[in-house]
This record gives sequence, C-alpha cells and structure tokens, in this order.
Amino acid sequence: MKNVMGIILSGGRSTKLKELSTMRSSPAVPVGGKYRAVDFVLSNMVNSGIRNVGVITQYSFRSLMDHLGSGKEWDLDRKTDGLFIFPPFLSDDNSGWYRGTADSMYNNLTFLKRSNEEYVLISQGNCVYTTTFDDMLRQHKETEADITIAYREMNDVPIEELSNMGILQVAEDQRVIDFQEKPIHPNSLLGSLGTYIIKRELLMSLLEECVAHGYYDFVLDILVKMLHKLKIYGYKFNGYWRSVSSVQMYYRCNMELLKPEVSNDLFGSAKIFTKVKDEAPAKFNEEAEVRNSIVADGCIIEGTVENSVLFRGVTVKKGAVVKDSIVMQESIIEENATLNYAILDKNVILSKGRCLKGEETWPIIIGKNVMV
Amino acid sequence: MNKKEMIALLLAGGQGSRLGVLTKNVAKPAVLYGGKYRIIDFSLSNCINSGIDTVGVLTQYQPLKLNSHIGIGKPWDMDRIDGGVTILSPYLKAESGEWFKGTANAVYQNIHYVDRYSPEYVIILSGDHIYKMDYSKMLDFHKENKADATISVINVPYEEASRYGIMNCHDNGNIYEFEEKPKNPKSTLASMGVYIFNWLTLREYLIKDNECPDSDNDFGKNIIPSMLKDGKSMWAYQFSGYWRDVGTIQAFWESNMDLVGRVPPFNLFDADWKIYTPNPVKPAHYIGPSACVKKSMIAEGCTIYGTVINSILFPGVLVEEGAVIQDSIVMSNSKICKNVSINKSIISELVTIGANSRLGEGADIQNEFKPSIYNSGITVVGEQANIPDSAIIGKNVMIDVGVGPEDFDSLFIESGKSVFKGGVIE
Repeated sequence: MKNVMGIILSGGRSTKLKELSTMRSSPAVPVGGKYRAVDFVLSNMVNSGIRNVGVITQYSFRSLMDHLGSGKEWDLDRKTDGLFIFPPFLSDDNSGWYRGTADSMYNNLTFLKRSNEEYVLISQGNCVYTTTFDDMLRQHKETEADITIAYREMNDVPIEELSNMGILQVAEDQRVIDFQEKPIHPNSLLGSLGTYIIKRELLMSLLEECVAHGYYDFVLDILVKMLHKLKIYGYKFNGYWRSVSSVQMYYRCNMELLKPEVSNDLFGSAKIFTKVKDEAPAKFNEEAEVRNSIVADGCIIEGTVENSVLFRGVTVKKGAVVKDSIVMQESIIEENATLNYAILDKNVILSKGRCLKGEETWPIIIGKNVMV
Repeated sequence: MNKKEMIALLLAGGQGSRLGVLTKNVAKPAVLYGGKYRIIDFSLSNCINSGIDTVGVLTQYQPLKLNSHIGIGKPWDMDRIDGGVTILSPYLKAESGEWFKGTANAVYQNIHYVDRYSPEYVIILSGDHIYKMDYSKMLDFHKENKADATISVINVPYEEASRYGIMNCHDNGNIYEFEEKPKNPKSTLASMGVYIFNWLTLREYLIKDNECPDSDNDFGKNIIPSMLKDGKSMWAYQFSGYWRDVGTIQAFWESNMDLVGRVPPFNLFDADWKIYTPNPVKPAHYIGPSACVKKSMIAEGCTIYGTVINSILFPGVLVEEGAVIQDSIVMSNSKICKNVSINKSIISELVTIGANSRLGEGADIQNEFKPSIYNSGITVVGEQANIPDSAIIGKNVMIDVGVGPEDFDSLFIESGKSVFKGGVIE
C-alpha cells in the first residue's frame, strides 16, 4: 500500500473515560499490559505498508507525543515521509483550536498537499483492533467509491454504546444508504469504525468547501450531508474491534484480552509495535498465585493475581490479592491489600491491608500518583 | 573525529566450546541469558551506563547472530554520529588475511580503529561475563594511581583460584606479580578480564608483541607479564559485586538460577543500572486459568497453561496444559506440549518438545560423547530440535541442533547419551 497515506484523528476529549483521560487524550490510554490504544491503528497502518502518517491532536497531548516520539518504534523515523504530529497552532488564518475533525485536517492542508499518495486512510486513534487495510483499499477501487467507510456488526457491543457511534445502513452492493451520527435510537447494528478511505485530491476539495461554508465536522458536515451526492460505500470488518471510549468499554476490552481467541486475533499474525521500556522479565516469587492474567515485563509478584491485567513494573506483595482488575505501570499493591473490579492508573500505591472494591459494571478508578 | 577520553574494546571472539551445543551456531557472547538478554548485553550496558559511548566489538566466530543483535547499537543508545558501536572482524589485507590469533593480536589488528579516536585510555572487556560495573570509577582509580595499566580483580574462593589469572599485590593494590592459573595460588585476587591501559603504552606493547614470533599474543599470557617485567605501574582495582563467568554449562545454568531467588544476588530490576537489549515485539505474557508459576522469570509473549517452577522462560514460549517445567531454562519461541515434564534442562530457541515427553530423569551419568562438557546433571537441547511425543530422556543428554523425530532410534534416551542430527557426530 505505497499509494496510501494515513491520518489519525486523536483530538477529542473523552469525558466518559473519567480519571483515565484527565491527563491524556484517549489514544494514549494504556491497554493490555504494555500498549497504548494508538499503537493498534499505527501498527495496522505500518503493517499495511503505509509510510506517511499524520497524527492530529489537541487534547492533553503530552503523553501521546512522549509515546510516539520520532516514530522510531513503528519504523516511521524516515528521511522522506514517516510520522508527523500536528497539534493546533496560531497563524494569520488560524484561530488555534481545531473546531472539529474537518477543521483539524483543513488546518493541516499543507501536509495533504505536500504528500504524493493517491489515497488517504483516515482513522481514529482510540480503537483496539488488528487488520491490514489492503482489502478495504481493493474494494474502494473496485466499487469506484468516493469514500469507503469501514463498519462492523456491533452485536457484541451494549446497545447504549451504539448511541456513541456512527450507525449506518448499507444496500446489497455495500453502498451506504443511511448514516446516523450518535443516534439516540440506532436503526441498525452496523457501527462505523471511524476509518475511511478517500482520494487525497477529493479530500482536500471537500475540506476546503466544508470549511469555507463554516462547517467543521467530517462526519456531520461531509459524510452525512453528502451521503447521496457522493458515492459512499461500506467495507465490512469482521474481526475483534473495541473503541476504548468509556470506562465500561475500556474495562471490558482489557478483560477480553484475557480470552485466547481475542489475543490471538490481535497478536497472532501481526506485530503490534509500542514504545519499549527495557524492563527485566516479570518475576514470580514462591508465594505467587497467578491465574488467567496478563503480566507485563518488570512486574514482581508475591501475591495472588486473578483475571487481571498488570502493566509494566507492577509490584504485588505478599498476601495481596488482585482480582478482576487493571493495574497500570509502576503501581504497588502492598502486603495484604485487596483489589477487586478496580482500575489503578500509573504509580498508585495501595497501602497495606487496604481494600478497594468496585462492581463489574462500574469499576472503581484511582487516578495517577495517588496513595490509597 | 572527536577525541575521546576512553573507548572500549570488547573481546567477543570466543567460540565458548565448553557451552557445547549452545554455541554451535553462535559465539558465546551471543548466547541467551536471563529471560531476554544475551551475555554481551551486560558489558555493553555497563559501557553506556559508565558513560562510554564508543565501543569496538572484536569478533570472528559465527558472527551472524551477534551482528544482527548489535546492529547499529540502538538498544544501548550507541547509534551515535561520533563513536557508537563498531563491529570489528578480521579482514583480508593487501598481502594476506589472518584470523585473530589471541586477544592481544585482535586489538593489534585494530590499532587504526583506536587511533581514530586518539583516546587517553582504552578499556579492554570480555563479552562473556555477567556483572554490573561502573568503569568510570575504575578509570578514576587508574588516574589517581598514575597507572600504566589497571586490572580489575575479584576475590574468589581459594580452591577456585587456580582456574584464574591471579594478581599478587601490595596492600595499596600495586601489582608485583601475575600468575596465570597457578597450582598454588599466593592470593585469591582473580583477574576479571577487565583492563584499563594508557593507550600509547599499550600500543607500544602490542607492536612489540606482534614482532615476537613465539608469543601467544594474549593479554594474560604475554602483554601483562611483559609490562610487569618492565616495571610499569600496574594496579589491581578490587570489584566486589556479582560477577560470573558463564563459560560452562553448569556455570551458565547456576547463574541463570541465581536470578529467580527472592532477593537475587544479581538484580535485573535496578532502575539506575538498566540492562539493555533489543526488545521483542510481543504482547505481555499470559498466564492461563490452569497455570501455576512460582520462583520463575517469564518474558513477554509467553503463554502458560502448565506449571513452571524455579525456571526462566524467554519470549514467546508456549507451555501447554499439564506440562511441568522445573529448574530449567527455556529459550525463545520454544513449544512445550501437553503433559511434558522437564527437569534441570536447558532448552534452546525454537525447540518443540512433543506431548508426554520427559526430560532430565534417571541417574546422573556423565555424557559419553563430551564428558567434560555435560557432567553436571543438566540435559541440553540444541536450537530448532524437535523431540517426538512420549520420549524419555535422561540426564546429561545432549540433543543436537536441528534434530527431528527421525533422528531418534528409540524413544528412550538413557542418561549420558546424545542424539545427533542425521545420526552423524560432527
């Protein structure tokens, strides 16, 4: 896929992620023991052969920038093309903050102009899935579509989550005949993955037209408004896919990674790249009792861990019990402390004998650097 | 080229034949160690952690894995514009080519590499030891004593002293005598194979040594004794941390096992002295519902449904249900099938152990083929070997690189026997 460039939209604030997103944008949310959500789409692009990727960001992007760096880990530190990060900026024509997804791309029109690829793959930065985009591009060319939208049958997603998505209806030939953005009453189960293929030239002219009229949202002002003017097709994706856009979905996605079929779908055939931390392999001491859990490098475990995801450098001391929980980098569970249905952010210390218990549908969240 | 105060030369040439089948296809410094590392990572990490950013790696035996491991030195932050890591292998010169004859000869042949940086000092290291050492402190010691050469030494038990080069020195550390593997050692200060020299002095001695036809061209045997004889200022720098030469199967196994203790004598979790290595692109490991893991180190990408006790698993190992691994080392991407039992064994990379097989059982009889190598009760399986289902394999057994089920005459391999690829002993 040499003829495709990538744009990752990672801008918006995810209030539904609560404490997990107070300090970071949702693509930078840690997932699965060692990744951040954005690693998946970025690796998917790289594994598809895309070598020119722009990441557009504006909300608390420090940790995202820190994570992406020069793009080295994704092999995107290139002399020509590679990885570009686009935070908002001020100039004579720009007011600074992006007013929407279309506006954010319009503000970086130079990036689109200076690239040579015929096609652009636009994607969200906060979704966990593994794929290559070759098949989608093939279909896009075959149907001679103006825009192709990846969608998935969301029969394994709670109904209330559907109203956070774009819901579409497709004809037999895959042409999109209806698109509802975040509908209160979704009229199908086909959810948009927020992943689109479009010709670069067409994208540029659509963006210019859209912003000239004072409209700023790619989905509402381009997709929905032009649904019948443009040839918009759907591309059906069948694999595992989750958007980590709310605490419940975030928790659920991490727990699902404990299922071999899910982790095989995500990691079985593709390499998912991420920033490395040079930790020693995890160490299990004599008293360790670990079952059905993901444990990252640098962990030291002396207690009990069940149905949980431990990120790098977590310490679980003697007598401590971690169940159905997510514990992020460098957190410490002291002796005889208990954790149940909880999400601990980075560098949290759960003191000796303390007990934290949430509910499966409402896991308790402890923010960064807190001592409980 | 900027002038550097001190550069390092890392001697990574050794075949390490006492590691048997583990070094059949790789040089000793490239042998896997400690769950994700290769032996050379320790010296390279020591260099960068000590502020040395220019390292020449001298190698000549099976260099492929070592070369691809080191690459441009990125994992050790040695991908530098000026300096960094350079792999120095023997090459053909105008008249003739020659292999490195000894450690000193290897350095002699690369004098022009060192000259490019015109360093005050060079530090000579071997790439086959496990230790963490701040070389900058040793350099301070070298400078304080206005030494020509400083040799780092470690106290070893008296009964082991005759295996090492032994330094006899005055109380202040000034060396007056050096004995290579003495029968009756006068002291227990063993050389660790870490030397700091004033470059111009060493350069002179290397040239002189090269002109001497009956020299072994070795630091321990030739250069250091002749410098001592000439009354050069030679000092012993005492090191007192964990240091292991992992040159034998037993030492290699023991040093790996040292890592799984509650408070290991050698700490890989030290945030101030990280050990760097190329990281595998694999997810965090998964411990299944039926698994039991105790006293072990488990690397990324492992999937464990069986029992792992007192063992070290490298990235990407699969342990199926009912399998029990004890007191063993299993290297990258090996597959341990259902109900396998493994005891005190070293399993190399990309090995498959067929279902219901048992390794490391029976009497402790030393290996018939290489008794000096396989004699400590440890069974060793070479890389890419494929052991058939239901095989029973004894102690001190050697399974050759790439052996397949067709190479097994019987499913019962007694202690001390070996299985060779195609039945042929190489």
